[in-house]
Amino acid sequence: MAIPLSWYLILSAALFSIGLFGVLARRNAIAILLGVELMLNAVNINLVAFWRYLDPTQMTGQVFAIIVFAVAAAEVAVGLALVISVYRNRKTVVADELDMMKW
Amino acid sequence: MNFWTDPIQVTADWLMGLFTGWGMAEGLASILTQLLGIVILITIMLVIDILLVWIERKVVARFQDRLGPNRVGPFGLIQPFADIIKLFIKENITPVGVDKVVYNLAPILSVFSVLILWAIIPLAPVIIGVDLNVGLLYLVAAGAIGTLSIIMAGWSSNNKFALLGAFRQVAAMVSYEIPMVVALLIPTVLAGSMGMLGISQAQQGMWYVILSPLGALIFLISAVAELGRAPFDLSEGESEVVAGFHIEYSGMKFGWFYAGELLHAFTFGGFWGILFFGGYHFFGLENLGPLVAAAIVLFKALLGYWVIMWIKYTLMRIRIDHMLAFNWKFLVPLSLVVLMVTALLNTLLRDASAWVIGLSMFLSNVVIAWVTIEILRGRSRAEREMVEGSMQPATESANH
Amino acid sequence: MTILFLITAVVILASAMMVVTSRNLVHAALWLVASLFGVAMLYAQLNAGFLAVVQVVVYIGAIAILFIFAVMLTRREMRDTGPGLNKNWGVSALVSLLTFGGLTYLLSNWSGFSQTSADLPSGFDAVAELGSALISPDAFVLPFEVASVLLVAALVGAVYIAYNPRSGDNPRSGDNRE
Repeated sequence: MAIPLSWYLILSAALFSIGLFGVLARRNAIAILLGVELMLNAVNINLVAFWRYLDPTQMTGQVFAIIVFAVAAAEVAVGLALVISVYRNRKTVVADELDMMKW
Repeated sequence: MNFWTDPIQVTADWLMGLFTGWGMAEGLASILTQLLGIVILITIMLVIDILLVWIERKVVARFQDRLGPNRVGPFGLIQPFADIIKLFIKENITPVGVDKVVYNLAPILSVFSVLILWAIIPLAPVIIGVDLNVGLLYLVAAGAIGTLSIIMAGWSSNNKFALLGAFRQVAAMVSYEIPMVVALLIPTVLAGSMGMLGISQAQQGMWYVILSPLGALIFLISAVAELGRAPFDLSEGESEVVAGFHIEYSGMKFGWFYAGELLHAFTFGGFWGILFFGGYHFFGLENLGPLVAAAIVLFKALLGYWVIMWIKYTLMRIRIDHMLAFNWKFLVPLSLVVLMVTALLNTLLRDASAWVIGLSMFLSNVVIAWVTIEILRGRSRAEREMVEGSMQPATESANH
Repeated sequence: MTILFLITAVVILASAMMVVTSRNLVHAALWLVASLFGVAMLYAQLNAGFLAVVQVVVYIGAIAILFIFAVMLTRREMRDTGPGLNKNWGVSALVSLLTFGGLTYLLSNWSGFSQTSADLPSGFDAVAELGSALISPDAFVLPFEVASVLLVAALVGAVYIAYNPRSGDNPRSGDNRE
């Protein structure tokens, strides 16, 4: 039986929601970045599924997915550098304790 | 199509006929046949691994001017079996405080990352596991899984030396992936394909080691660094961090790491042979049959493995900061320059005859090597003058 | 093929659940590796072989290892530290469930929601097509080059942010030390 597109879209929506839960509910800053990675992967699954099902001869979906790879890698590198720098100064990576800019 | 011209297909058809004759469904029979093929390939690889232990011990002995194991069986051939049996019956000590799942998974992943590489090696034009058209990237991906297994081993051992060794090894492996990928792009550009079969077939006229000896050299150096073998074995140096990431592994788990490392070296020897030394081509000898071609590939893999062992038992260990500086300041720029020159010449000389292409690419590599050596000579001359200049007052005062 | 998709989907979603609920951060990073590997298997099923291999190389071989390094460099002690979820996890769970429901409802109203995949045209080399799309001037060479500039910017930025001038790996301090 051929797999309809809806299965891939529901899978990516579920992965996106799980990533969203990770971003909103985790204490550690690195765990929040893990959630962001899950969301980016959900987006990529969506892009590649649309590429395959709508028009595989047009490479737009795959190119977009590759750009998302590059952006995700850049974001993880800078995000983790920030987390490490914050840890050096504040000795903590718990997001709740980084509240120096609150009034 | 008989057995000698297409052994894999004939065997697969015979097995399918056997299974469907027993009443199995078609899909299940085909899955079972493929599973059987995978199991046979893995078994052959692990048996070769046992032979590699013997080869390693004999070769290291000859390099060190001694004989090596020669008591257990003729020429010591049963020695690796004795080694394996010893590892099996050793006590599996699991230290307190290790993360059990990760600790036990690490050696499995380490050997897994080597065995999956044999799916894309073309032993003959008709003997290949799967002809991926992104075979070279698959090679890098398998190396990435190996890197992950090392950091899992180092972290889960609950031991600072293991963690330190794992950090160093992973830093070196991740760094040396870059010149390896760039060196892998050279056969891609020359062959017009990333698949192993395409690269092997494109070397029918001229082997790529003639077209790009610098590319072969850079691939060899990065492969030795990826393998974690000397002179890049800083994580395993017994005099440095005891045994690096596999300190806390004893018995067969250590055996898995050791056997995996030897098989990895043999596999990379094989890749060196396929990518740069013509694969199964040997002046027309491969047309005798696929089994002869497979023997040629295995022979080239053994030659590559011998070169890697030669490097290991001749050179001294390199310090971690020297290793990383060598990568970032020397190998990466050099490999990028070689790739750009190769791609440029490949496009410019696309319609020229084979002799012109071969000669010009070889000469371009010679020119790049000569320019590099001149730059290095200038730098070392400047540094020597700086060091000797600062030593002048000491020698003068010693003479008075 | 259906069984393969179901196994892959279970691997992806179960690993993702373990990522967001693991207390031990290194375990969470390793569960992320499992989830990313499942996504790579999904790309292979969608005939995007190049993307599957690039996913393993970039995500598992670089990003996951970067996560593990960062987790190891920011631990005060080797054991787990307290609860993993903050005090608003109930509201977060509700928001994510609503997001999932909303996305599925919006997509199900689209006419092409349940279409099946057409076969690829024979002789279609996705990798070659992708290569020419990435460098052809009337295709996507500009986003490609901009992405490489972005990566250089991220490289320089990450090194600068994480640079520790007091530690011994400052190149200037090594030469002046007599």
